[in-house]
Amino acid sequence: MTFRTPTGGEVDRTTLLRFTFNGQDYTGHPGDTLASALLANGVHEIGTSVKLGRPRGIVAAGSEDPTSLVQVEAPFPEPMLLATTVELYDGLVARGLAGQGRLAAEPDPARYDAKHVHCDVLVVGAGPAGLMAALTAARSGARVVLVDEQNRPGGALPVFEEHLDDRPAAAWVADVVAELKGTPGVLVLDRTTAFGMYQDGFVLALQKRTDHLGFAAPAGVARQRVWRIRTKQTVLATGAHERPVVFPDNDRPGIMLASSARTFLRRYGVLPGSRAVVFTTHDSAYCAAIDLAESGVDVALVVDARPEAPAALAAECAARGIEVRAGRVVTGTEGEGRITAVHVGDEVVACDTLLVSGGWNPVVSLFSQAGGTLLHDDGLGAFVPGPAEPTVRVAGAANGNLDLARCLGDGSVCGAEASLGAGFDPRTMVPRPVPDARCTGRSGLVLWRVPGSDETSFVDLQRDSTVADVLRATGAGLRSLEHIKRYTTIGTAHDQGKTSGMIAAGIVAEALGVELAEQRPTTFRPPYTPVSFAALAGRNRGELHDPVRVTAIHPWHVAHGAVFENVGQWKRPWYYPRPGEDLHTAVLRECRAAREGVALMDGSTLGKIDVQGADAGEFLDLLYTNLMSTLKVGRIRYGVMCGVDGMVIDDGTVIRVGEERYLVTTTTGNAAKILDWMEEWLQTEWPHLDVHCASVTEHWATIPLVGPKSRAVLAAVAPSLDVSNAAFEFMTWHDTEVAGVPARVCRISFSGELAYEINVTAWHGIAVWEALMAAGEEHGITPYGTETMHVLRAEKGYPIIGQETDATVTPQDLGMSWAVSKKKADFIGKRSFARAENNRADRKQLVGLLPVDPRVLLPEGAQVVETDRLPEPPVRMLGHVTSSYPSAALGRTFALALVRSGRDRIGETLHVPVGDALVPVTVTGSVLYDQEGTRRDG
Amino acid sequence: MQLIPCPWCGPREEAEFHYGGQAHVAYPEDPSALTDEQWAQYVFFRDNPSGPFAERWSHSAGCRRWFNAVRDTRTHELLATYRSGEPMPEVAP
Repeated sequence: MTFRTPTGGEVDRTTLLRFTFNGQDYTGHPGDTLASALLANGVHEIGTSVKLGRPRGIVAAGSEDPTSLVQVEAPFPEPMLLATTVELYDGLVARGLAGQGRLAAEPDPARYDAKHVHCDVLVVGAGPAGLMAALTAARSGARVVLVDEQNRPGGALPVFEEHLDDRPAAAWVADVVAELKGTPGVLVLDRTTAFGMYQDGFVLALQKRTDHLGFAAPAGVARQRVWRIRTKQTVLATGAHERPVVFPDNDRPGIMLASSARTFLRRYGVLPGSRAVVFTTHDSAYCAAIDLAESGVDVALVVDARPEAPAALAAECAARGIEVRAGRVVTGTEGEGRITAVHVGDEVVACDTLLVSGGWNPVVSLFSQAGGTLLHDDGLGAFVPGPAEPTVRVAGAANGNLDLARCLGDGSVCGAEASLGAGFDPRTMVPRPVPDARCTGRSGLVLWRVPGSDETSFVDLQRDSTVADVLRATGAGLRSLEHIKRYTTIGTAHDQGKTSGMIAAGIVAEALGVELAEQRPTTFRPPYTPVSFAALAGRNRGELHDPVRVTAIHPWHVAHGAVFENVGQWKRPWYYPRPGEDLHTAVLRECRAAREGVALMDGSTLGKIDVQGADAGEFLDLLYTNLMSTLKVGRIRYGVMCGVDGMVIDDGTVIRVGEERYLVTTTTGNAAKILDWMEEWLQTEWPHLDVHCASVTEHWATIPLVGPKSRAVLAAVAPSLDVSNAAFEFMTWHDTEVAGVPARVCRISFSGELAYEINVTAWHGIAVWEALMAAGEEHGITPYGTETMHVLRAEKGYPIIGQETDATVTPQDLGMSWAVSKKKADFIGKRSFARAENNRADRKQLVGLLPVDPRVLLPEGAQVVETDRLPEPPVRMLGHVTSSYPSAALGRTFALALVRSGRDRIGETLHVPVGDALVPVTVTGSVLYDQEGTRRDG
Repeated sequence: MQLIPCPWCGPREEAEFHYGGQAHVAYPEDPSALTDEQWAQYVFFRDNPSGPFAERWSHSAGCRRWFNAVRDTRTHELLATYRSGEPMPEVAP
């Protein structure tokens, strides 16, 4: 049986769309939503409720619906959509949900994006008030953006079929929209929901661009777009939602809001059923009763809770044979699935549809989000916007003005005020069209609920929360609506309490015996309607989620099978496995090459900062713990930087390039932070210093060439460079040519071996790398990654800032007092070194740990304890393991650790809990390999 | 997304900025002359008012300059922004 009317509505009856719901095939028409198409096929039961498993149907026609949750399965799985907001398309496959959906297992092939727009006046809502506001603002010359949630403008106007200026309202809407679209600087967006309103006129709106096209959605078009709107002035014309009344068994399918039934009839040409009862506290439901009766529905009864029915409307009902009973309420319903009868006191009235109206709630979510105050309106029984904010105005039904003439008037006034506020002159007011409305007004009675079985009187149908739950909350002593919301979960579902929140507030006020005006409404938060994470992510997913930085030599690493690790945003070669090798065997081989032959790595990610100016030396003296101004041109010094609290923040080398120029290196992950640190001091404390800093990290390809054979390899590629120890000392640099290109070669070592750091412009990085590989072939030159670098430096006890240190470690703790100047009057951190806390003998100090069993590898982060058996907690922790590796050079495992009074404990045996065992370890100095430093010069 | 008026660039979105804590806390002239307590006051202690608060901001994703702002900590409203080195303007909360 079809419930589609032969004519009327906005659907195209000449085209059939096939769709599947809960495994059954149906048809609908273009212009339908999934909900209207289901109702046209007589389907009212959508799913079951989340906790109690009760059948649930369709309560409202729009995004305020609390119950019609569906899972779309095709074209692409998407959970938790409302049947009332899914536009029907051919081939749609969906099923009803019990409150929980299923995310797709496969990646979403659709594209999502974001767009910025700046405007003078933003109007949210294209109903009568919004259209008047937008037109007024547009005629003043303001740049206007008009957004509306629905797929066509007009809001409820065409549904209520009011006439304006003796013409159909739809014609007036079409004229206004045509003028707006023809005005330069005006943007009209449909299917676009403003879902969040933030400070300074920032509004986020979600546009559903191709959802309604289903399988026919073009691949190249973003499916959804987040509009990031920055506006000077905003007019909110977001309308009102009809409010239900709560009564026992008010959740059965077939129970629907009266105006929503009218929307299904007028907009979609769908009858909600065959025999209806109407339960109202408000005039507007009479129009639904009359419309349905005229369309062939048997309207059995209008139950009006008010003592007297409105005479004119009651007479219109009588003329159509509709009985009206005033001063009565619906006290219950019957039905296995869908409703079959209504109880009005002792009387049982058979029906398949019950239409309910308890009045109207202005949609104040965005106004509240923008910081607007809400006031309670006793006549409406709802929260309404308080005084307008300087840049945010509310017009029409959203402002509590339910009748059409006032909506139009409100819209033009708000549009004019917003234009003035944005600096435009709305000199010529737009003439207001004259309506002939009959069914709106404020003549309602506020009724939250009909007493009865509290356990089946549902306040929030999606959360299965009842009057009994609310009374349990107030009975437990809760008074604040915020607390009661969390205790009962009312208003926390996908609909955020659009139909339930106000009623819950009313029932709470009744239970507590307080006025609603004394109650503070719960906070409205974005998003107004659900927004998918895919839309919020936009294009920033997959490869575009976070920028990836690669060095100039990266393609070589990829081609030679490097395994990469992420260091900040950098991709760094971790190790270069040969066939059959794992991390462990590859690293042992790479380490052996560096200690016994020659090896090279890509060190280009090292942070590099060019520091120039007459006061550069003085500046670096203030930043580093040691003296830099005395460094001679051509020489290099290692330095440590601390915060004002005296804790190490970074280390690196400083190269004196010229009298007024230094090149500072930082750890890879700290490059940006240290440049910021320099700028902060230069700009805020020492603006008198003539110093300029620039990041040059990416300018250089940096290649450490390491090992006893490195001198021979360098000599082969740099014939003009005297590489002898006497001519090229440790911690000096030379500008020369390497492999035929200009290069700066520095003699520094992060491994303890003879080593050269070759710097060339990034452009020549690969060529020089390949030249070194060729020149070193006869010596078995071996590329190595960050893991080998870590092992080599740890064997020498060189700390890595951020691995050996956290924000509590001083240079002295690291055993680096030698790097702290005693000559300088001051530098950042110096004063803190004199604090009592910094001089405690039991500070944690960097030491080496050798497991007694040389095969045991300690986990990094493991705790260090004193005893060989764990006492009752709390156990005294002495420190923790910061680095731990197997070592080819030592022929055993070793670790670095921060240990209380560590340097006094050298030679002691401590213990490290690993799993259930306590591993005995011997404390040693932090330098485990080549303590004498004999290998540095080759 | 708040707009912050950079004294060099004009109003820009807050995501372009970086917070720098209380303003007008000068590095002591001679740290070695301070007692431990006076030094600790400089290193660790900052005001935390409810109301107007002068603080440092850096336009880190823009001109990269540091500047000062007076912000009402109750509303996040920026009552004034001014360049480093300029005196704090009189503002009405």
